[in-house]
Amino acid sequence: MSNLLYVGKGTPRTIEVDKVTGRAIYINDLKLPGMLYGKILYSDYAHARIKKIDASKAEVLPGVRAVLTGHNIPDVRVGFLRDQTVLKKDIVRQFRDEVAAVAAISPEIAEEALDLIEVEYEELPAVFDPIEAMKEDAPLIHEVDARGKPIRTNILPLPWKFYAGDIEQGRKNSAYTVKDTVSTTWVNQCCMGTSGCVAEFDMNNDLTFHSQTNVVFLGKQRIMEYLSSIGMRGRNVRVINPVVGGSFGTKLDTDIYEFICILLALRTRKPVKILFSREEEFRALPPRQPAVFTIEQGCDKEGRLTFRKAEAILDNGAYTSWGATTPSVMVMPMSSLYRVPNVSFEATCVYTNNIYCQAMRGYGNPQATFAVESSMDELAEEAGIDPAEFRLINRNQSGDVTPMRLKITSCGLEDCINSVKQKLNWSEKRGKRKGKGVGMGSLIHVAGGARVYKSDGHGMIVKVDQNGHIDVLDGGTDQGQGSPTIISQMVAEALGFRPEDVSLTLGDTGLCLWDAGTHASRHTFMAGNAAVRACEKVKQQILELAVENIPKVVKSGFRRKKRNDPDFVEPDLDYTLISKPEYLDIKDRMVFPKSDPEHPFFRIEVSQIIRDALHVGTGESKVVMAEAFYDPPTEMLDRELKGNLSCTYAFGTTGIEVEVDEKTGEVKILQLFAAHDVGKAINPILLKGQIYGAAYIGAGYGLTEEMKLENGRVMNPNFLDYKMLTAKDVVPVEPIVIEPGDEDGPFGAKGIGEPGLVPTAPAIANAIYDAVGVRIKSLPITPEKVLAALKEKRK
Amino acid sequence: MKKVSISFTLNGDKVTAEVPPSWTLLKTLREYFELTGPKEGCGTGECGACTVIVDGKAVNSCIFPIPEVEGKSVTTIEGIASKDGTLHPLQKAFIENNGVQCGFCTSGMIMSAKALLDHNPDPTEDEIRTGIAGNLCRCTGYVQIVASIEKAGELIRQKK
Ligand code: FES
Ligand code: FES
Repeated sequence: MSNLLYVGKGTPRTIEVDKVTGRAIYINDLKLPGMLYGKILYSDYAHARIKKIDASKAEVLPGVRAVLTGHNIPDVRVGFLRDQTVLKKDIVRQFRDEVAAVAAISPEIAEEALDLIEVEYEELPAVFDPIEAMKEDAPLIHEVDARGKPIRTNILPLPWKFYAGDIEQGRKNSAYTVKDTVSTTWVNQCCMGTSGCVAEFDMNNDLTFHSQTNVVFLGKQRIMEYLSSIGMRGRNVRVINPVVGGSFGTKLDTDIYEFICILLALRTRKPVKILFSREEEFRALPPRQPAVFTIEQGCDKEGRLTFRKAEAILDNGAYTSWGATTPSVMVMPMSSLYRVPNVSFEATCVYTNNIYCQAMRGYGNPQATFAVESSMDELAEEAGIDPAEFRLINRNQSGDVTPMRLKITSCGLEDCINSVKQKLNWSEKRGKRKGKGVGMGSLIHVAGGARVYKSDGHGMIVKVDQNGHIDVLDGGTDQGQGSPTIISQMVAEALGFRPEDVSLTLGDTGLCLWDAGTHASRHTFMAGNAAVRACEKVKQQILELAVENIPKVVKSGFRRKKRNDPDFVEPDLDYTLISKPEYLDIKDRMVFPKSDPEHPFFRIEVSQIIRDALHVGTGESKVVMAEAFYDPPTEMLDRELKGNLSCTYAFGTTGIEVEVDEKTGEVKILQLFAAHDVGKAINPILLKGQIYGAAYIGAGYGLTEEMKLENGRVMNPNFLDYKMLTAKDVVPVEPIVIEPGDEDGPFGAKGIGEPGLVPTAPAIANAIYDAVGVRIKSLPITPEKVLAALKEKRK
Repeated sequence: MKKVSISFTLNGDKVTAEVPPSWTLLKTLREYFELTGPKEGCGTGECGACTVIVDGKAVNSCIFPIPEVEGKSVTTIEGIASKDGTLHPLQKAFIENNGVQCGFCTSGMIMSAKALLDHNPDPTEDEIRTGIAGNLCRCTGYVQIVASIEKAGELIRQKK
């Protein structure tokens, strides 16, 4: 693959030039004629009975076009466990509960109308701690389930239990064991573009929905189901993405505000926009969920892991979204990060009156890896083995089948650990305890799709027009990761065109083919594989047309010449050179015989061939277009949470040097090496962008970010009090890109969207331990926690 | 609602806006002039997505009262490319060096960087980071943004 022209190059994002000129249209900028503005009224209590909602004053406010409450919309449940309604009319269970909504001719009037809605509540006892919520006498968050059956506990009916091997046997085989409890907290995805959507029905009741979703087809499905449940079965829905200002997990579920927007549009027969404020983004979007892990591990005298046993308790909040299924991803690092024969992992999701949770970059992996990698260091110390060496002893290797039945194909973990070690100057620096220290953490993640749904497929359409321009209709979405550039590089490479010949359309259910969504770091892998397959077909079509048309083109050229110059003698050409498609190839938009690429007559522009094929005459004209649907040979997890859900896996190691100020507790990251086995970098510059960005969010997760909830209320819903890292918080990230090539990946590539975030926080915690000898077991690792631990240690 | 009439220079053109005096510069730019470049990421002066240049200084237009713009000169991302469509070195550098991902912070980021480079075409990394300290970005980890601004500085210095 050494003679690749575009794959592996740092092709710039020219295709996205509108983003640097202010012309890119985000949901904020989308305006339709006659559009109304929707606003939502949220609960005043974490848990209360609604006694009365009086919207009469709002209804008569000039400029208001609709006021919705739970009393004037269909009483239909939505969500993963169907445990909530769109607007709440009887009980509110969290501060973000949507109680009423308004559509008006301006956002200001809509806001004013909200103030006029009077809601009377009767407060109910609430519970904010999942452990408390599990107790028998705890207030019940839900009294009945979706079918109306009584519920007696706050524990969700989602038993996440994974067992492999024999823990007791593992314990017996252990020379050393450690057990500890670690915890992680709520963090906000902090997309710079806030949430929003625009809904519009036509007079046939078909819906066009401008949504930021990263799962356009699943989103469409959910909306169709909702419409059908409110008596609009069979109506079509077209979901279209605007330019999206970041996603990081927030766009995986269809949020309640989206259903509200649809209802307002239906009621008013006008396009309606809902756009979140930053405060709403913090208060009313589901964040990454907190978890508490108890983790126990053992190893034998040689340092080989003997068992891993972990229990997790997840604060689900008041309703169920994609936060509750993160254990299905947590099980991956729990069972398969490093070789461990005996594994037990149980996770319990508990309803509380806190904000409900959703997905965030890495899904449950950062939480679980914080537990595993903190414990790995503790066990290494117990066994008296250098933590890097300990990881190398237990590293995953190609050919392994893990206890979860993951089939490890390509695996660069050994390289990752070693290169981080070397870059950090590990052996020199470790164990000095002089306020500076080094630590590492590794990761495993899906990198070849993730069969979460029965179809993990990706559909792609590639067409080439008579000007030699390629349009690609990609079923996925782009939330900023750079897919338009990456895909255009792969298409150009596969077809023999240039990246600038390719235009991309993503995120439109009306034009594109099914894709399971741009999540789980799957887009490059899945869309790339679909692209390669579609391009194979397109290329074949072009070459077949070339076989037909090159002789015609050449001969008509000769005829013309003869007309102009009677003395012209037609050269004697060997037409067998171009008599079969397999004798031909395309490069730089030129078709030519492989045996004589510079042939003076047979080297012809593709556009000319397509033009000639299109304008032939009745019944003979042809177009060049192909689709491919790639659905990898993977399996869904079975009831025991086992199965090879991804075609390949990402591995990586983050190594960090920190300096800890023992007087202030402040932690400074001096160096951060992020080594990732990426298979093959399709675009090294964009790929590094993913690693930088993910490592930065990981560093924030480790050190500063935390949504502070007090009795269910978010206390820091702004960027002053919620500490996202700024450009002044320098984290010197240096990516180390390891490219062993993956046999199933397009051009050898694996997914890299999420991995960089995953091991960052535990690497920081481990480095702090190396620096000052205290282990901080809860995220984020604030100066206060470090100081308290240092004080405790001195006692 | 009572409106005021505010005259100023917007991207080189003399303009007058008739808007309520309570409006911010950002609201005026987005709603009166229908510019989509300046973005609202917070509306409270904490994210920098709305950054524009007023009389040579980068400001958060979301908290900049429109009456204060009277007689001043305002530049937004829409006004920095040449009239013939040639991109400003910053715009070029952001594309070339992957300084843009989702792009939501980009307009503001580039405007802060422009204000910096206009005064100091050869800033140190630290000066660059200070220059964009008020511009939050969730996608890039700032690394390639800083690199883009460095490269743009080089381009500008070469031209001079
Ligand atoms: S929108 Fe002005 S600073 Fe955030
Ligand atoms: S590029 Fe997405 S916020 Fe900066």
